[in-house]
Amino acid sequence: MRRLINRQPDVVVRFGLMLLPFVAVIIAYMIASEARLSVNPNDKLLPGWSTIAAAIERMAFLPDQRTGSYLLLQDTVSSLSRLGIGVAVATVIGGIFGILQGLIPYFRATFNAFTGVLSMIPPLAVLPILFIIFGLGELAKVVLVAVGIAPFIIRDLALRTEEIPHEEIIKAQTLGASTWQIILRIVVPQMLPRLIDGVRLSLGAAWLFLIAAEAIASDSGLGYRIFLMRRYLAMDVILPYVAWITLLAFTLDLALRLFQRIAFRWMYRGN
Amino acid sequence: MTRVTVENVWKVYGDQTVLENINLEIEPGSFIALVGPSGCGKSTFLRMMLGDEAPSRGRILLDGEELDAEPSPDRGVVFQKYSVFPHLTALQNVMLGLEFAASPVMARLFGSRKRAAKAEALDMLTCVGLGHAVHKYPSELSGGMQQRLAIAQALIKKPKILLLDEPFGALDPGIRAEVHEILLRLWRDEGMTVFMVTHDLSEAFKLGTRVIAFDRVRTRPEEMKAYGATVTFDLKVDGKSVPPRPEIRDVLAVAAQ
Repeated sequence: MRRLINRQPDVVVRFGLMLLPFVAVIIAYMIASEARLSVNPNDKLLPGWSTIAAAIERMAFLPDQRTGSYLLLQDTVSSLSRLGIGVAVATVIGGIFGILQGLIPYFRATFNAFTGVLSMIPPLAVLPILFIIFGLGELAKVVLVAVGIAPFIIRDLALRTEEIPHEEIIKAQTLGASTWQIILRIVVPQMLPRLIDGVRLSLGAAWLFLIAAEAIASDSGLGYRIFLMRRYLAMDVILPYVAWITLLAFTLDLALRLFQRIAFRWMYRGN
Repeated sequence: MTRVTVENVWKVYGDQTVLENINLEIEPGSFIALVGPSGCGKSTFLRMMLGDEAPSRGRILLDGEELDAEPSPDRGVVFQKYSVFPHLTALQNVMLGLEFAASPVMARLFGSRKRAAKAEALDMLTCVGLGHAVHKYPSELSGGMQQRLAIAQALIKKPKILLLDEPFGALDPGIRAEVHEILLRLWRDEGMTVFMVTHDLSEAFKLGTRVIAFDRVRTRPEEMKAYGATVTFDLKVDGKSVPPRPEIRDVLAVAAQ
């Protein structure tokens, strides 16, 4: 009998095992839902499939009776544009500050402690300040997402930049490179894929800040809708929305990973 | 041709003396092999030559002038590892030195200037036997090929001095002999001065025109901190001479006819 750590599942078994927890959760839900609905057919807590399907049709495929727009589409567009702008701003700031902080001793001496302290501020604690300064519109939400993840991206990228072997930086100087040329040709190209890693890791936090901001003050967005529906105990809407958000987050992560593989082939060649 | 003079150089880290009282006069075009046990400061000496570190006392002169306190293109280098850039192909790695010099802002060349740089880089790659692998990334090259690439990348700048920090330490014996031949040929052709740190004595005597050993003279435990390593042997290798300078060689060739 070989040790457990040395036993590898084959492809079919691996696929089956991968599906197992998902199927188990769905079956558990169905059993619990069935049990509750048999006691009270109007139970709202664990709605049956038909109720959920009807809610999905209402939210996604039929125009809203009051506004005439498709709510799921509208919510998705609002949320994704807030998330996209916030993450993009954080990525640009994180990229610039991270690389300079990792490479240039004077810059590091100036900003290292400062970004360290900034990253310790819980972003949700400054949300009221953001609402006061930027109002209840789009800007405050975008700023929360950006402020929430930028410190992490800066610190992550600064560490990755410091990990570039000293030999490479010396070699570039013996080839006549200036500081600017080293940044442009040696550091930035090697750090872009690391920056994507940093963004991928911070996407979960970005969603958290977005939904929190939308829950508190908004008139559209996926987070807004979930918290609105909570008042009516409309689990038939909330559950598909949560699944949809998860799918969006998963797709974003996958897209970034694929982009990294295609754009930075040198990282994957030969190794 | 560059004369290197090392005058009374010391290197001290905190209260630990690493090197003491190094005095050397290096003939232009020499191939200097630096040997010594681990931790004797031979790599530290090379880093001072490179400008990566400054001597604590004394000075190093290049043709009578104190050398720059930071790395510069007159001193090329090949390390044991991380000498080439992983995100650039072999060709891009070699072209890089030309692009830095010709394009301060973009650090890239375009059009005819790019074609000229590419041709020069291809020549250099062919010289080190990498003509067939110009579009490969370093991770796709073997250890010996990576070191040949690192040599080509350094030599495209035509450095006066080439510094090698255990460049062949990680290579198989067969591959090592191959790279030795390439290095010797380029050294003769380019007329540069080479400093090579190695812990392999046979390599030192095979390649060097002069073998310099660093070691600690005082080895009692209580003396280890206060006294550093210094030059303990300085041997001219018999039967080897510094090759004639390229400009003289041409004259000699004409005279021989």
